Amino acid sequence: MATLTTTPNVPNTPTTTTKQETVRPPRRPVSVGRVAAWIAMTAIMLITLLPFFWILRTALSTNTGLAAHPSDPLPVDFTTGGFERALGLQSTKEAIAQGGSGGGLTFWRYLLNSVIVSTLVTVCQVFFSAMAAYAFARLRWRGRDRMFGLFLAGLMVPAIFTLLPNFVLIKQLGLVDTLLGIALPTMFMTPFAVFFLKQFFMNIPREVEEAALLDGAGKVRVFFRVLLPMASTPILTLGVLTYITSWNDYFWPLMVSYSDSSRVLSVALAIFRSQTPQTGYDWSGLMAATLIAALPMLVLFSVFARRIVSSISFTGIK
Amino acid sequence: MTIASSSPPTRRPRAREGGGDGRLAAVFIAPALLGYLVFLLWPTLRGIYLSFTRFNLLTPAKWVGLDNYDRMVHDPIFWSSLKVTVEYVFINIGVQTVAALAIAVLLQRLTQSALLRGIVLTPYLMSNVVAGIVWLWILDTQLGIGNEIIGGLGFDHIPFLADKTWAIPTIALINVWRHVGYTALLLFAGLQAIPNDMYEAAKVDGASEWRMFWRITMPLLRPVLAVVLIMTVIGSFQVFDTVAVTTAGGPANATNVLQYYIYGSAFGRFQFGYASAMSVALLIVLSAITFLQYRLTRAGQTDLG
Repeated sequence: MATLTTTPNVPNTPTTTTKQETVRPPRRPVSVGRVAAWIAMTAIMLITLLPFFWILRTALSTNTGLAAHPSDPLPVDFTTGGFERALGLQSTKEAIAQGGSGGGLTFWRYLLNSVIVSTLVTVCQVFFSAMAAYAFARLRWRGRDRMFGLFLAGLMVPAIFTLLPNFVLIKQLGLVDTLLGIALPTMFMTPFAVFFLKQFFMNIPREVEEAALLDGAGKVRVFFRVLLPMASTPILTLGVLTYITSWNDYFWPLMVSYSDSSRVLSVALAIFRSQTPQTGYDWSGLMAATLIAALPMLVLFSVFARRIVSSISFTGIK
Repeated sequence: MTIASSSPPTRRPRAREGGGDGRLAAVFIAPALLGYLVFLLWPTLRGIYLSFTRFNLLTPAKWVGLDNYDRMVHDPIFWSSLKVTVEYVFINIGVQTVAALAIAVLLQRLTQSALLRGIVLTPYLMSNVVAGIVWLWILDTQLGIGNEIIGGLGFDHIPFLADKTWAIPTIALINVWRHVGYTALLLFAGLQAIPNDMYEAAKVDGASEWRMFWRITMPLLRPVLAVVLIMTVIGSFQVFDTVAVTTAGGPANATNVLQYYIYGSAFGRFQFGYASAMSVALLIVLSAITFLQYRLTRAGQTDLG
């Protein structure tokens, strides 16, 4: 998968082993265990990546071709019809002729909805959580520790437990079937985000802020100009993971949205899957739609991959 | 896992002005507190309250005492859902933990490649919906490449998601595929904390990789493993998406996991009270498991330094 990192020298087997060999002077003979380990590693990579190849191969095939040659490793009767159907660029007649359902899908609309919801959730949640984390980590006020305990207790409640009552609340607020209704419950905070950022702020040496305070900067200014920039990597990691979580969320938007106006990609995809024509699945269109839904996250991840992967490595996030 | 060390007793510039930062803190905490109270605390209390009511969303909730719980105890579908969910969790967590551990150790001992770590994480970027649909296609009885390979090896095609015995293990393994990389990276993070000297010393003593794994890696990784296990088990119990897109609870309730049954009760039959009661039951089960796991694995303690 070329989407992952921008590592200049792609570390394949030979380079890494030579690198390690230079560290360990006495050159060891290639052991059986090591070979077996590399075989296992290769198998893991194949199981991880082959489904992605299969999505692409299916999306670029015709449905009749797929039925005739189910195990051909390359696209059968190469076509972009699947993508056209997924994006609603085909006429109903064309779509049905190619094995689609003909039920129009306005994927652009869903894509936009997903972007709006995920952006709203991520920006607000991370920012508000950072503010709260700063208050818990650095400001002195009465009841601080008790309040933090309360927030921590929130970690114990599985997200899924609050979904039904939250739906009742969103309905009472008249926000069912709106994008705001989907975003609202996770827009303000999650206990995890507050906890995670507080831990990070606590580890920043106080001297840094005190210097700024002595220079006459207020605490608000210190927060924006000193702490937030210093915490950019954990905030970025948290942000990207929040974005991915929000983008991939299915259960909650399924409850809240009923019509195209608030339908997000994950829900639209499941609906596309259930619009099965009598004759059989439109696998080609379905895989194209799947790819379109997944691609933005692959791109987002590939942009930040290097910073995030190492950040997950030392924060043990979520 | 940092320890909140108390800062050295230095005088802070504003400390003498007294009063602390009450007003400023109120502003900073306000949005998060609002979210906490309205969308976390209140729904939790309300969920518990609703479990004692009959509520169809249209008319006001009516207090019925323990009726919902009484019904739940006598509801065979509830018990079968619970059983199916537990079966799912066992397979999902069992396979995922072993595989993630293996991947993490390979990533640590074999290569330090960041590229491979990135690749391992890719399935996690997909939604459960996407993963479900992709594997639905790969495992399709007629045309799926998985079954083509099985057929090519001379076996009969397996209706993975349409057969009562195969469906739950299949869904469990689909979710292993999506989550194992993320779990592996969390464990990898834990492995990074183990000092390399230990392995070097053991190697000088002639220990094999296998022996080092059991004598060094496992004991020192235990606290991290315990936390990861608690988190993944809790997540695993909430399985819904994959079931919804692949089997919709079928065939014949064979994959009707608890969360799917709860959803159906609430949004299919508008029994919000009963659905809430089952959610409370799930909450109690999860709390008990968390507590037990925490005690059994001594998650709070570390053997490292």
